[in-house]
Amino acid sequence: MTTSTRGARTQAAPAVLVLEDGRIFRGRSYGAVGETFGEAVFSTGMTGYQETLTDPSYHKQVVVMTAPHVGNTGVNDEDPESGRIWVSGYVVRDPARVPSNWRAKRSLDEELANQGVVGISGVDTRALTRHLRERGAMRVGIFSGDAVADDAALLARVQEAPQMKGANLSAEVATKETYVVPAIGTKKFTVAAVDLGIKGMTPHRMAERGIEVHVLPATATVEDVYAVNPDGVFFSNGPGDPATADHAVSVMQGVLERRTPLFGICFGNQILGRALGFGTYKLKYGHRGINQPVQDRTTGKVEVTAHNHGFAVDAPLDKVSETPYGRAEVSHVCLNDNVVEGLQLLDQPAFSVQYHPEAAAGPHDAAYLFDRFVSLMEAERA
Amino acid sequence: MPKRTDIQSVLVIGSGPIVIGQAAEFDYSGTQACRVLKSEGLRVILVNSNPATIMTDPEIADATYVEPITPEFVEKIIAKERPDALLPTLGGQTALNTAISMHEQGVLEKYGVELIGANVEAINKGEDRDLFKEVVEEVRKKIGHGESARSVICHSMDDVLKGVETLGGYPVVVRPSFTMGGAGSGFAHDEEELRRIAGQGLTLSPTTEVLLEESILGWKEYELELMRDKNDNVVVVCSIENFDPMGVHTGDSITVAPAMTLTDREYQVLRDVGIAIIREVGVDTGGCNIQFAVNPEDGRVIVIEMNPRVSRSSALASKATGFPIAKIAAKLAVGYTLDEIPNDITEKTPASFEPTLDYVVVKAPRFAFEKFPSADSTLTTTMKSVGEAMAIGRNFTEALQKALRSLEKKGSQFAFTGPVGDKAALLEEAVRPTDGRINTVMQAIRAGATQEEVFASTKIDPWFVDQLFLIKEIADELAEAEKLDPELLAHAKRHGFSDAQIAEIRGLREDVVREVRHALGVRPVYKTVDTCAAEFAAKTPYFYSSYDEETEVAQRTKPAVIILGSGPNRIGQGIEFDYSCVHASFALSDAGYETVMVNCNPETVSTDYDTSDRLYFEPLTLEDVLEIVHAEQQAGPLAGVVVQLGGQTPLGLSQALKDNGVPVVGTSPEAIHAAEDRGAFGRVLAEAGLPAPKHGTATTFAEAKTIADEIGYPVLVRPSYVLGGRGMEIVYDEARLSSYIEESTEISPDRPVLVDRFLDDAIEIDVDALYDGEELYLGGVMEHIEEAGIHSGDSACALPPITLGGFDIKRLRASTEGIAKGVGVRGLINIQFAMAGDILYVLEANPRASRTVPFTSKATAVPLAKAAARISLGATIAELREEGLLPKTGDGGTLPMDAPISVKEAVMPWSRFRDIHGRGVDTVLGPEMRSTGEVMGIDSVFGTAYAKSQAGAYGPLPTKGRAFISVANRDKRSMIFPARELVSHGFELMATSGTAEVLKRNGINATVVRKQSEGEGPNGEKTIVQLIHEGQVDLIVNTPFGTGGRLDGYEIRTAAVARSVPCLTTVQALAAAVQGIDALNTGGVGVRSLQEHADHLTAARD
Repeated sequence: MTTSTRGARTQAAPAVLVLEDGRIFRGRSYGAVGETFGEAVFSTGMTGYQETLTDPSYHKQVVVMTAPHVGNTGVNDEDPESGRIWVSGYVVRDPARVPSNWRAKRSLDEELANQGVVGISGVDTRALTRHLRERGAMRVGIFSGDAVADDAALLARVQEAPQMKGANLSAEVATKETYVVPAIGTKKFTVAAVDLGIKGMTPHRMAERGIEVHVLPATATVEDVYAVNPDGVFFSNGPGDPATADHAVSVMQGVLERRTPLFGICFGNQILGRALGFGTYKLKYGHRGINQPVQDRTTGKVEVTAHNHGFAVDAPLDKVSETPYGRAEVSHVCLNDNVVEGLQLLDQPAFSVQYHPEAAAGPHDAAYLFDRFVSLMEAERA
Repeated sequence: MPKRTDIQSVLVIGSGPIVIGQAAEFDYSGTQACRVLKSEGLRVILVNSNPATIMTDPEIADATYVEPITPEFVEKIIAKERPDALLPTLGGQTALNTAISMHEQGVLEKYGVELIGANVEAINKGEDRDLFKEVVEEVRKKIGHGESARSVICHSMDDVLKGVETLGGYPVVVRPSFTMGGAGSGFAHDEEELRRIAGQGLTLSPTTEVLLEESILGWKEYELELMRDKNDNVVVVCSIENFDPMGVHTGDSITVAPAMTLTDREYQVLRDVGIAIIREVGVDTGGCNIQFAVNPEDGRVIVIEMNPRVSRSSALASKATGFPIAKIAAKLAVGYTLDEIPNDITEKTPASFEPTLDYVVVKAPRFAFEKFPSADSTLTTTMKSVGEAMAIGRNFTEALQKALRSLEKKGSQFAFTGPVGDKAALLEEAVRPTDGRINTVMQAIRAGATQEEVFASTKIDPWFVDQLFLIKEIADELAEAEKLDPELLAHAKRHGFSDAQIAEIRGLREDVVREVRHALGVRPVYKTVDTCAAEFAAKTPYFYSSYDEETEVAQRTKPAVIILGSGPNRIGQGIEFDYSCVHASFALSDAGYETVMVNCNPETVSTDYDTSDRLYFEPLTLEDVLEIVHAEQQAGPLAGVVVQLGGQTPLGLSQALKDNGVPVVGTSPEAIHAAEDRGAFGRVLAEAGLPAPKHGTATTFAEAKTIADEIGYPVLVRPSYVLGGRGMEIVYDEARLSSYIEESTEISPDRPVLVDRFLDDAIEIDVDALYDGEELYLGGVMEHIEEAGIHSGDSACALPPITLGGFDIKRLRASTEGIAKGVGVRGLINIQFAMAGDILYVLEANPRASRTVPFTSKATAVPLAKAAARISLGATIAELREEGLLPKTGDGGTLPMDAPISVKEAVMPWSRFRDIHGRGVDTVLGPEMRSTGEVMGIDSVFGTAYAKSQAGAYGPLPTKGRAFISVANRDKRSMIFPARELVSHGFELMATSGTAEVLKRNGINATVVRKQSEGEGPNGEKTIVQLIHEGQVDLIVNTPFGTGGRLDGYEIRTAAVARSVPCLTTVQALAAAVQGIDALNTGGVGVRSLQEHADHLTAARD
């Protein structure tokens, strides 16, 4: 056990959080001292902060944790979803002083500081969340130490920061080199996974099912994809505005033309939407949490799922759509707000979901989707 | 897929009297269920013997049977009502066991009643240890996680002894099958303990089965609340982490929601296992609770148990999350699926989700060991707490400190002043889990213990330990700071420090701290419990305070009334007070007010967000109430604060609230003082010309002796300013008076001891009445079965009175009116009288709703608490008569001759407590209240009503068999006639030699049996205690002559409790029981709903 090294009143430096509409919250610095900018979003998961922080989809976002206590189980080396923390800033109410878990290696505070992530603690995160819910996700800055200046100056700097709408970020987070995640046990299939910001658990879930996963850079071409001789092609989650992902859309269209079994998650769902000719749009404040009810419209069953998306596909819920690749329908829908959560083609083996069946963090209810992908590949082979 | 159309009527079984392990939470869940079913257009038939419940209010169900929850009576109800379905999962273990028993007896099949909510197979799989182990093993095979503790099932003591070897030795856990609240379970560290615990467990288990288990003491303990619908959709409503590690029953642990010290991976393992279990067990339309132990060294997960029904934890989870488990369970049972049910709080999103919390909830148990001084206060796997408080904060420290002050018990809050104790001794003391261990830990921290040392002693998770250190560090900062600057004050408040704690640390008065705090602008805001961490807008104003930035209390235009609830259940202040508060809320809402409820008890209907317009889940201290009043005054007009319905807790705040300018409505603080203060009340009585027993107050033995000599022994002595007869005793001689004064720690010049003449052989009478300043409405007159001297809460009573005549009622009415007027009551008053010889003495008056209000209301079909609330806000009795809330003419003193007779019987928690040697505690009734709950028997004649009350409280009275009689000398005369009656009903009498001799002289034959002190006879003649243990005795009459474990009576009575043999400890109870037995034997005991009784009564009144 680590003995607390700090006094009761957090000795950390004062910090300021400034929203682009001028609302200001004051607290104490958490993690690194300095300044950071990004899109302010809130995440409602009560567990899984390590997975959240390392999820590449949070690139350029400042994440507000609605759960007040963060850092209780410290940081271990098994749970990260990628090699680094991707959030551009972190907002919590009550950071742990002492981590407690048999797997913990160090405290979250240290980890954030080591990775240079600027955070703020002690703010009324519920008030901030309600503000974002009512006004929508918006730009934000966190300032501590020397970065603190008068409020007007800070606000001006926040308003100069780039918008999330129109941001093309996949290439920034994706692997630069292809790598292979070997199948666990007997290898049954090969999948080419286009990395738009993939989480570590996704290839792992495939590997568990006997799939050898070739993770390709976001810049991969159709030729690169077919160079690995795949039984199926996968498009991952990732950050940014899907409207900018023209390259990924064209690669996916190449795959659809070849009728290779195809599966997409999150950003991959939006890419499929665009490839089929649907539009995408920015949600007011997105879905970020691990408690979202999604209905599988083919079975009527409800699964509790992990979400992290600020954009969604604009497809009709009540009818089958004709697309260049045959008939398509909305397979999954979020029961909270009827947002499209999944698409499937009826005439060829392709489907995608907007949420996270790999579930890290989050419930495992949707793990069957990986089995569905396997079935598509099996059917294709038969 | 909407609701089923093949079910038109449903029988709901309640949980009966409040007992340890099965309390008000089942009124909350049952009330929700009945309302839901009724709103679905079903005919709802309810059986519950507990009158102090909202669910048994006549408007909640279509036919309400306040009848014993036994298979015999429930069958009578089924035969009469012919329901299509039976819902057994909302009335605790009582309902579940009754349903299973009726299924096994073929009753359900015979009448074509379908069990809904859970099927028999699922109930058995969830509850039977063997079957459940198989379930867990199946789950492990399927998903690779979850296992049971290594264990052996035993059906005999031989099995048990062999089992320990199989498990590799002591300690082992003993768990009897099919008992509620873990009754009879415990840790055995050696063979002696094992024989005792397992022996009792085998007896308690209806299937004579106990489970021995490997010890997982000190592991982390978690619970999940799950729900599943018929489409196999499953959600986890809430995770709960126990602050106290494994070894303490979760009902006795401080618990925290959500889980605080699990990573997502570990949490998801619990979730996966939980879901797999609910599927494997087959709970297909309802909820369940699953308990886990996690090894802090390596994360190994052991599944401890599951409850295939709504439980205490699910009530807590509902209040903690805003997700109403019982309500949803009822909807699932009639065929809805989770996605078809809207989330009440958001109105827009469905119930097929998992609530997420942006706050922390802490529940703390309330114990009553002071009532059972000989009971072992070590916390074990048998639940011993009598109530609980819940608090919500934006962080753990805030929630924890709020929960501790909500307990409203001396010493429950952390103290940071006073001498620092010895670290080693405190750490040693903290090893043993007890009520208040957390305070011991805080003292150890003050004495310099390190985090590692605290963990080593207690195995409390290091994160929680650090939170205690955080609190201690803030206390140090408060002590050391030069002045209370706003930053420090806000910091302390954010971690839950009360003004009182800060005052103590700074050596100031509480009101001074408050003034400073207000001057500095440090005030709480109110946040909403919304199920979704603010992701969606909440429609339900369910608030908790926090020292954060933004408040969510909306403006309103209607005048509001704030109703102060009664806080955690405790002996003497239980669900009855919640009942009155809920009624006030309903009545005032109907009268056009915006109702605002304040309470901190998660078990109750009052803290259901559906009950009042606004709910503040907050401690009931002056500070917390003043802040709520302030917040509501900011929000709109405030008509007043009601303090007289929640028992002594809010009543005690009355004067201070008024002093702070708060409009207290109803009986004024001055009037409350006039009733509560000895001297002032004496003047009221003198003015009204009413006699009270002679009395005096003393602060020394010499003074007490002078008073006692003057008024004569026996005297009733008690400390002043106590509740529920705490420390009250009947003293028969000077020697005991001397030792009483010596032992009494509470006596001081400000806190004198009261010495009253004790009225031997008096009839005690309770009166509930309404007074509006002009007119008196006599709510009801209750005649106690037991003589004066037994606390009214522990005494059985009958309404209308069975031996009082018109003249007596007239005198009672005049006296009641004199007191109500003299005191200045506006609303309810409860007065206790004693009739000795021909004199009517006034024992005491309480200017508030009493424990008997729900009973009186149900017995007379008049909503007294509703009327009281209206009178508080200015309505007159005449107006209420006009409105129809009260009868047009007459009152509870003028009930028609053929009005039904209602009998209230108290339920005692004896079987829950053992002394440190593992022996039962004595069961004798006295002036100190110790019952946890009550039942009501209602019928057209007294005997039947009494028999029903006994059946509801303790199990049916025997109608034949062997009766054992042993009474104190003073009772021998009054025993003869009832004994003769028993013989005429075919009972075979057994008696100890002295009693047998008296019986024989009166021509009644009784077999002489040996006393325990005489030991077994030369020819192997058994002692009475042995006979009881062997099941040879069907009825026991044993009146005490002194207290203490050395006496035979104690052994007899504890054996009776252990074997569940009816045991009467007063001759008055014997006389009543004989009437009951007579009624049972002459046959034809029927059932009748409260609605039928009320129709009958209304017709008779007109």
